[in-house]
Amino acid sequence: MSAWSITEPTPRQKWVAGILVVLYALVTIVPLIWIVATGFKSPADAISYPPKVLFEPTLEGYVNLFTTRTRQTQEYLDANPPETWYEEIVRQYDMVIAGPSRYGERFVNSIIIGFGSTFLSVFLGTLAAYAFSRFKVPLKDDLLFFILSTRMMPPIAVAIPIFLMFRTLGLSDTHLGMILLYTAVNISLAVWLLKGFMDEIPREYEEAALIDGYTRFQAFRKVVLPQAVTGIVATAIFCLIFSWNEYAFAVLLTSGTAQTAPPFIPTIIGVGGQDWPAVAAGATLFLLPVLVFTVFLRKHLLRGITFGAVRK
Amino acid sequence: MTDSPMTRAARATPPRVARRIRGLSDRAIAWIFVAPTIFLLLAVNIFPLIWTIRLSFTNFKANRNRPIEWIGTRNYERILTDSDIWLTMQATAHFLFWTIFFQVLIGFTLAWLINRKFRGNDLWTTIIVLPMMLSPAVVGNFWTFLYQPQIGLFNYVVSFFTGADPSSFQMIGDVNLAPWAIVIVDTWMWTPFVMLICLAGLRSIPDYIYEAAEIDRASNWRQFWTITIPMVLPFLMLAILFRGIENFKMFDLVVQLTGGGPGSVTELTSINLKREAFEKWRTGYASAYAIILFVTVFGLASIYVKALNKVKER
Repeated sequence: MSAWSITEPTPRQKWVAGILVVLYALVTIVPLIWIVATGFKSPADAISYPPKVLFEPTLEGYVNLFTTRTRQTQEYLDANPPETWYEEIVRQYDMVIAGPSRYGERFVNSIIIGFGSTFLSVFLGTLAAYAFSRFKVPLKDDLLFFILSTRMMPPIAVAIPIFLMFRTLGLSDTHLGMILLYTAVNISLAVWLLKGFMDEIPREYEEAALIDGYTRFQAFRKVVLPQAVTGIVATAIFCLIFSWNEYAFAVLLTSGTAQTAPPFIPTIIGVGGQDWPAVAAGATLFLLPVLVFTVFLRKHLLRGITFGAVRK
Repeated sequence: MTDSPMTRAARATPPRVARRIRGLSDRAIAWIFVAPTIFLLLAVNIFPLIWTIRLSFTNFKANRNRPIEWIGTRNYERILTDSDIWLTMQATAHFLFWTIFFQVLIGFTLAWLINRKFRGNDLWTTIIVLPMMLSPAVVGNFWTFLYQPQIGLFNYVVSFFTGADPSSFQMIGDVNLAPWAIVIVDTWMWTPFVMLICLAGLRSIPDYIYEAAEIDRASNWRQFWTITIPMVLPFLMLAILFRGIENFKMFDLVVQLTGGGPGSVTELTSINLKREAFEKWRTGYASAYAIILFVTVFGLASIYVKALNKVKER
């Protein structure tokens, strides 16, 4: 029999497979690299033909991202020489910085709403998942399916009554409203994922603790929770990424005070349309945390994206 | 196991009795733990759903302050006979079919290649996965830049390989190309999803099956079709289910890319629904639309899950 076996591919096979996968990976990250690169281009470089791969990096995009600018007369500009490096960048275009842009606020909103809803959904989800994992809850399967089915509605369809409800309750465009909404959306993911993690913790540990005189609640807090920490953290990151990326509810239910970054970034405009270096700079800062988290999540990724249906 | 009176007695007095005296019963804890979740879902999902059903029988407009009139099933009749909605459904079907087709094809191939276990496959897998974790709205918006005629990177690359003038075609502005423009970006974003699930499927196949086939002198080709494909099929079907539901709901990516245009060739159901509900403010009509969509997704998904379970049983 030949030495070839599918259980251990030949070196040549490995090479070919490796080259093809690397090629795909390189092509697939080009748009991401382009986002980061565009953030450091000057507006002229960003829209040059042919597209520039090599260029002189500038922080113009980032300055434009965080500021609003107005055009000024030559006399004014001459009378007030630029004081800072970012003021100097703006002066090239006969502009002065008028004030901060709203990007910072939107970013902070994303953080508040993201972390708030993540905390709530993981907190509630942990409790519910423990109950579903350990106790006989009446109609357990139906309840679990009901929790999952809430994810099948298109967000726009849900948004119609939510919009009316928030208007009646005064929750429109508030942090609290968005936190509650994202919690409700995330909790299905949290319950399903955490139930999977809890199912994997042997019951014997708690039973031993119960025999030692712990109450059920103590056993949950002192025995189960420490065991579930990895699962809880992974779940939290998934919830955070969802809230962070969410757009449909954000664009429909927020406008001023509680707007998050995703609906805001595409509205960054400069002279004659979108200010691409500024948009790219905003996108880079916004996408960066998720990129870092994804690398951390590698091992749990599959589980997170399939609601725990595939565990690996 | 011996069933002595001693062990029977031990089993008859479980620690639960002792627990009940000092703490809450298991039953009480179960309810206290589950109740907040159920309450939240009732308040933010079920109550609004019931509200939507009620509204769907009215001519309510959320931007006007006029008394609500009950109009029976007229909204439903209007939707089901509307030819524009039929066009929207066709656009959605085109999008669904081709995104799933390409994602399964490329995703499975990639998984199969990665499963050759070459060195460094972990690192490259992580890189490939990155696009799907990002905000579709932000990334979709940036793709409109890549798609710009003349200055866009996408057009430049296409013209580099085909020789066509980069300003001779507009991916987003052209009626024939726009439906493909959204398919391309969605495939770029979500192929890794299918890939990851297929990879899990491939890794779940035990080596001894291939070893047995090898002893029986089954060709590689035959092994692939009689072992690999059937064993991965349940995973693949699960991936298709997830992508199907997600793309039926598709809003953020496409609304940022094309906004439903040009005309309405990329106006998927969610975008169409958003127009009716939040631009034309036909709240009652849009509610009926939402209910129809929900019933469709739910119905199709249930049928599909039944089929999936049959495949699993085999």
